[in-house]
Amino acid sequence: MRRRTFGIAAAALAASVAIAPSFALAQDKKVTIGVSIPAADHGWTAGVVFHAERVAKLLMKEHPGLNVIVKTSPDAASQANAVQDLAVQGLDALVILPNDPDQLVNSIKDVKDKGTFVALVDRAPSVNDSTIRDLYVAGNNPALGQVAGEYIKKNTPDAQVVVIRGLPIPIDQQRQDGFDKGIAGSKVKILDRQFGNWSRDDAFKVMQDFLTKHPKIDVVWCQDDDMAVGVLEAIAQAKRTDIKYVVGGAGSKDMVKKVMDGDKMIPVDVLYPPAMVATAMELTAGNFFDKVPVSGTYILDATLVTKDNAKNFYFADSPF
Amino acid sequence: MTSVATDTTKAPKTSRDWDMAAIAPFIALALLLVLGYFANPNFVSIANLSNVVTRSAFIAIIALGATYVMTAGGLDLSVGSMLAFVASLMIMFMNSGSIADPMLMLLAAMGVALALGAACGLANGLITTVGRIEPFIATLGTMGIYRGLTYWLSQGGAITVRDRDLLTLYRPFYSGSLLGVPVPIIVILVTTAICAFILYRTRYGRHVTAVGSNEDVAKYSGISINRVRTITYVIQGLCVGVAVLLYVPRLGSTSATTGSFWELQAITAVVVGGTALRGGVGRVWGTVCGAIILEVVGNILLLSNFVSEYLIQALQGAIIIIAMLVQRSLMRK
Repeated sequence: MRRRTFGIAAAALAASVAIAPSFALAQDKKVTIGVSIPAADHGWTAGVVFHAERVAKLLMKEHPGLNVIVKTSPDAASQANAVQDLAVQGLDALVILPNDPDQLVNSIKDVKDKGTFVALVDRAPSVNDSTIRDLYVAGNNPALGQVAGEYIKKNTPDAQVVVIRGLPIPIDQQRQDGFDKGIAGSKVKILDRQFGNWSRDDAFKVMQDFLTKHPKIDVVWCQDDDMAVGVLEAIAQAKRTDIKYVVGGAGSKDMVKKVMDGDKMIPVDVLYPPAMVATAMELTAGNFFDKVPVSGTYILDATLVTKDNAKNFYFADSPF
Repeated sequence: MTSVATDTTKAPKTSRDWDMAAIAPFIALALLLVLGYFANPNFVSIANLSNVVTRSAFIAIIALGATYVMTAGGLDLSVGSMLAFVASLMIMFMNSGSIADPMLMLLAAMGVALALGAACGLANGLITTVGRIEPFIATLGTMGIYRGLTYWLSQGGAITVRDRDLLTLYRPFYSGSLLGVPVPIIVILVTTAICAFILYRTRYGRHVTAVGSNEDVAKYSGISINRVRTITYVIQGLCVGVAVLLYVPRLGSTSATTGSFWELQAITAVVVGGTALRGGVGRVWGTVCGAIILEVVGNILLLSNFVSEYLIQALQGAIIIIAMLVQRSLMRK
């Protein structure tokens, strides 16, 4: 009998403990969002990490019941583990920018099948529909090429252009196709295309060789701000004055600063913002706290950064 | 092409080097130069050739250190990451503004780079010798450590020299020239001459070769194997330090991709230059020639109009193998 009363008391106590947080829930909804992104292994992913962490803090301040866990992983295999680790902690939502989407499809699907809200960022697997994600946020690779091409067509209609590509992967091809579309029907001529591996040092080499090979170059399109650094240095060292300007891409703070300062060699930049991960995080939080419908596909514009709007895209503290 | 001219005239100085195996890489290079002329006449312009040799400076100087390590039978996979790490720290030191006078600051920063390089090399050396860990594994470990620390220092982004004046003062060290010869080429020549002197003309140099060719015999001859090997890694670290001195003024910044895969290029340069991968034979001038060959191959392919941009890597691999086959056939005669 004594034992029995003790048991009831214990149960009552346990119940009150269990109920207590649910009272709090009524005022501050408890939501956990896991954010899984690649480790900062080059400029752009460094920007992703910076913005993910920046907005995680902002969101948690805004919504006291919200917990955002940001995890970075250097490759697809360790990202699959990271997703599992996050899922074990009881997620309400997963925001993921996969290292390699096709390798991570099954991990993402496992999370989604548990009823978790999934937001996929930037890189999509071959099957990209509501079976694996609720929300898809991405930049626009074809437009990144097209906007650059159109700018060149408009400002230097008969320019001789050299192109430095990234690596032979699909998004690079999309940018090239977009560029060709952008300059279509004009007298803009592509003298050469070579791979610069999205590396400053390799872009420097390729540009040096372009300068040797082609006596007259009007415009360089290198579709990436990291590579633009190497390109500018090669031009400066060769003391060539025929190159009118260089068009990069992504929106790194160094290049946006040059645009802002009116640098003649970098008149514009084309946005492919690493901050898109933050767009996905904000929308996901909106889904839980503001009950706004967010499921769907969001393709961000490849905005042309000019002297007039550059200050909107400049983050002095960002590593990228 | 100044260096090649100097190479061939200097080679006879060391009597043991005056054989087919030693000049084979230079013959391979000469054939490539002819091939380059047919690919694009601009190739043989002084401007292009000096660009190419200047560009090869980083790999050439790193590979000089690798020649020591490999001659003594070791291996260092960490050099590319080490370069990124040391260069990042050097830039951070320059940004710290701890010394007001720019010239003094620059000299101090250069000293810091060399000291850090030597320290990183010493760490590699001690792990392999005192820790008795296979050099492949030990330096694979430190490769990850140096690369990871670089990511951490830069938070994945770039580390850039903030003081424009300091960079302007430093820039001629890469882009300047002395009597018409670009500074990096002079640095290659001087560093190689020092490395050749130490390897061929000093007792320590002979010990390096002895340890690499037969460890047991060297041990019974009273050579302290661990000491000799450890010092080769310190020399490797110093060479990385020298490469950093040239790397930093070029772009004035490091990024996460700085120096990635340079360890493989350095090892290739050493082997193409005639040093045995298993140790015991070291060819210092051959190494420099090997580094230039690697750079020339890339340059020719880019300048030629008939190679698809997708095929460049495949052809690069093929040309290196063919160059090695040419060398082998020369040696058999």
